[in-house]
Amino acid sequence: MDLITLHKFDGGIHPPQNKDQSTRLPIATAKLPEKLVLPIAQHIGAQSKPVVTLGDTVLKGQVIAEAQGFVSANLHAPSSGKITAIEERVIAHPSGMRDICIEITLDGQDTWCEVEGIDNYLEAQPQTLINKIQASGITGLGGASFPTHVKASADPSKIDTLIINAAECEPYITSDDMLMREQANGIIKGIEILVRIIQPKRCLIGVEDNKPEAIAALKDALKHFNDNTFNIQVVTIPTKYPSGGEKQLIEILTGKEVPAGGLPSDIGMVCQNVGTCFAIYKAVSKGEPLISRVTTITGEACNQPQNFEVLLGTPVSHLLELAQTNASKVHRLIMGGPMMGFTLEDTSTPIVKASNCIIASSKKELPDPAMEQACIRCGMCTEACPAQLLPQQLYWFSKSSNLEQAEAHNIADCIECGACAYVCPSNIPLVQYYRHTKGEIKQANADKQKSDRAKERFEARLARQEREAAEKEAKRKARAEAAAKKQAEKKAAEANAPATSEPAASAPSADLELLQKKLDASQAAIKKTKEKIAAAQEAGDTEKAELLDGALKKAQEKMKEAAKAIAEAKKAAKAAPASTASDMEMTPERMQNKVDLAQSRLVTAQKRLEEAMNTNSDKVEMLKVAVEKQQVRVEEAKQALIDFNNTPVTQASQQAADVEQLKKKVLAAQTRVDKAQERLEMAKEQNLDTLSAFETGLEKQQTKLEEAKKALAEANL
Amino acid sequence: MKLLNISSPHATRPLSTADVMRTVILALIPGIIALTYFFGPGHLIQIAIAGTTAIICEALVLKLRKRPIGFYLKDYSALLTAILLALSLPPYAPYWVTIIASGFAIIVAKHLYGGLGQNPFNPAMVGFALVLVSFPLPMTTSWSAPSELLSNSISFGDAFTAIFSSREAIDAFTMATPLDEYKHQVAISTADEILSNPLFKGAQHSQILLAWEWVSLGFLLGGLYLIWKKIFTWHIPASLLVALFLCSSILGWDNDSYVPLTLHMLGGATILGAFFIATDPVSASTTHLGKIIYGAGIGILIYVIRTWGAYPDAVAFAVLLMNFAAPFIDQYTQPRTYGHKKAIRGLAKKD
Repeated sequence: MDLITLHKFDGGIHPPQNKDQSTRLPIATAKLPEKLVLPIAQHIGAQSKPVVTLGDTVLKGQVIAEAQGFVSANLHAPSSGKITAIEERVIAHPSGMRDICIEITLDGQDTWCEVEGIDNYLEAQPQTLINKIQASGITGLGGASFPTHVKASADPSKIDTLIINAAECEPYITSDDMLMREQANGIIKGIEILVRIIQPKRCLIGVEDNKPEAIAALKDALKHFNDNTFNIQVVTIPTKYPSGGEKQLIEILTGKEVPAGGLPSDIGMVCQNVGTCFAIYKAVSKGEPLISRVTTITGEACNQPQNFEVLLGTPVSHLLELAQTNASKVHRLIMGGPMMGFTLEDTSTPIVKASNCIIASSKKELPDPAMEQACIRCGMCTEACPAQLLPQQLYWFSKSSNLEQAEAHNIADCIECGACAYVCPSNIPLVQYYRHTKGEIKQANADKQKSDRAKERFEARLARQEREAAEKEAKRKARAEAAAKKQAEKKAAEANAPATSEPAASAPSADLELLQKKLDASQAAIKKTKEKIAAAQEAGDTEKAELLDGALKKAQEKMKEAAKAIAEAKKAAKAAPASTASDMEMTPERMQNKVDLAQSRLVTAQKRLEEAMNTNSDKVEMLKVAVEKQQVRVEEAKQALIDFNNTPVTQASQQAADVEQLKKKVLAAQTRVDKAQERLEMAKEQNLDTLSAFETGLEKQQTKLEEAKKALAEANL
Repeated sequence: MKLLNISSPHATRPLSTADVMRTVILALIPGIIALTYFFGPGHLIQIAIAGTTAIICEALVLKLRKRPIGFYLKDYSALLTAILLALSLPPYAPYWVTIIASGFAIIVAKHLYGGLGQNPFNPAMVGFALVLVSFPLPMTTSWSAPSELLSNSISFGDAFTAIFSSREAIDAFTMATPLDEYKHQVAISTADEILSNPLFKGAQHSQILLAWEWVSLGFLLGGLYLIWKKIFTWHIPASLLVALFLCSSILGWDNDSYVPLTLHMLGGATILGAFFIATDPVSASTTHLGKIIYGAGIGILIYVIRTWGAYPDAVAFAVLLMNFAAPFIDQYTQPRTYGHKKAIRGLAKKD
């Protein structure tokens, strides 16, 4: 094994460690609480989806929420019991916000479901191991909770170093230390599994030199359990905060820097926490999913600070009880370490996969921060920064909200370790300024994107409107020209009927087109709004959904109005052509035909009604209505005929037309009489039986001829 | 449990601004002792006058700005400015010179720019430059002769009288400083002739420079103590002294024509300036490379002004001139951030 040359990173601080308090006792298994509260979003990536419902009984290790997608993780029941709630509860977040949690009321039996490990896992295929890790819901236990199977799926040809982060650089936290002391074998076995999956050239376990017992335990386990097939080494690094930061640890162990905005895999490194390795071992060899973790409970207010193996979902209050905390002494309750942890206000907050420490500090131990003084530009913050930033400049830019300069000075590379604020003699809360500015920058970028998009759409809309207006203009011009042409033509050939039908017909049709367009547009808008509502509801954005609902109602009303307008227009259009048509070509004969048609329809309707009444069918009412309608129509038609016949214009024109027609009729009747006579004579010659029929036929035709002649004579008068 | 809800980090170092200022004042003590031993109690009286003026002026301005006086006064920054000013002024300068210098430094050079942390120029040097230019006579004729060269050592009463009332008897114990003396003599005499002046040699032992070498040693000890305590870094003092050393040895190697190296390094306010005045954090550069450039600039300017300028000592002007350049130097000497390939130069460009 080649010796590793250690590098140094610029900056760093040496705060008092305060680790002795919690290493006096071994890891104790926390006794079962009454209820467990499990947030469904305990990891980076998509929230998992609950697969249980209220009232379900679950066993220990059973899946209760499934991963949604690749970058997501399963959630398992840490103990057996009943699902008593799936609702919003306070979660472990600096803002104290609430999110969906699954509450399990434990039955105290702690019954395992069926679990199965992989035999001979060191010979299994890497993908099998990755699948097992994924199924077991393992995420990084160092604090970030990144799904482990995603990291483990890195392309082996690109990775040459696996780094195991056992530094635990923050004061107060000793969970990894105790885990290494007690479970070094399991950890090494877990590392072996990772090495089998990722196949790096070497594996370095970075441990700070303030953990001599842990280092000894790991070295011992390596000797006994690892036959050197995998190049695993324990490397002792000097104690400095924050050597346990992923970027800083990589720099110490390899001298390489993770590129800004990139990942360790970009330079061939994968970094995993030591606790995660132990979880991997349990999952792969025994099939146990991630349901518990080691958490340190410490602080002056605890009378018995120590490390506990805690079930996920245990409320912090339960742990504080187990550590015999003096509630009146607790002034600040921190989840995490004193440098990067966040304060909790509600002790019902549950332990999640990332909770490595709870500090119940008294006022004396972590005193209230002193009042912020002026920055004297002493540069101590620059000396302390592990990311080689200029915290002082970032402070000045943050204070004056100079977001561009702050971004240009790489505020995004700040790992928020708190070293700068720790050393500041003027008690300036530097990290708080940077967090605020980072949020402002993010918001400003989002606003800019939105306004750029809105600008794009606005310009497109303007262009479209101009285009449409131009098209309309062109159409109108073309139509005007055509109309002018036709007008000229019509003037030349003065017809009987005034050429009012075209414009009249085109006017209603143009209106109709417009209204139809409006209807289509409003229908499309309704569809879109419905889609938006669905999307908003899925995203859980109730406010937006309500707003969109209101918009949807308005759009629907508009659509109704448009439909009405169209119906009316259609009616008018129908009526217009009908009336104009009647003006143009209606003759008494046609009107009579109409009357006859209406009457025949009435008869059929009445017949149907009778049938329905006889069979007592449901349609009686409908048919009655239909009958009435038909009667009305008959009356209308008759009236129309009368009116028509009474109008002098029509009468006059009709007379003229009539004369022609009557003449035609007379001729036709004459022809028919002649034909009938011929047929009669033919029959007489052939002595047919139907002779009489022919005779009657002839008589009929002769009467018709007489009538026609009469009518003609009358008309000519 | 009424729990505190606050942003991380939750632990801070117990060092405060007042602690930093007090440590600096503490580090000045060896130098002050040396000054008093060799040059009489003048400096102590000046410290008292400047200190009182500074505190009263600061309290007055804070009242006008409607700020809590106690909170701001107890960071000791006004007192430190006053002490540095008092050590730069000639020990027997009239009281009104000191009062004007101190008042101007606090009110104009510090508070008019926004108070602690906002001043672009070193306040003590601003006050010093003001009185040097406005009152050249008291400023050049009030330097003390080393007590060794006097028949009677300067008593407290003499000093008090000289500063506050009658200045007739002052010629008895004032003399030009070595730098002043050498500079004015170098045009007419050779090095040996000048150096035969007892001002430049110790009476008994083979000393480099009478009295001033001990004063410089005192301030040097104080400065090294501050670097060890990490109050400031080594960059500015080192680059200042190295630059001055190089200028003096390369350009002024001829002792017959130029002030010699030892005089430059140990005489005047060189060591005091290098460790206490140029390192004033508010007005100096803040990046490591920037500090080196800043310190070197001061060193070069000290040499230039001393040799070709009208004034015998140039620390104040050199520091003030580099104060102008400090923000620009800062922008162009930023360190390379972790994970980036190149360091940023200058401010971000606006779209």
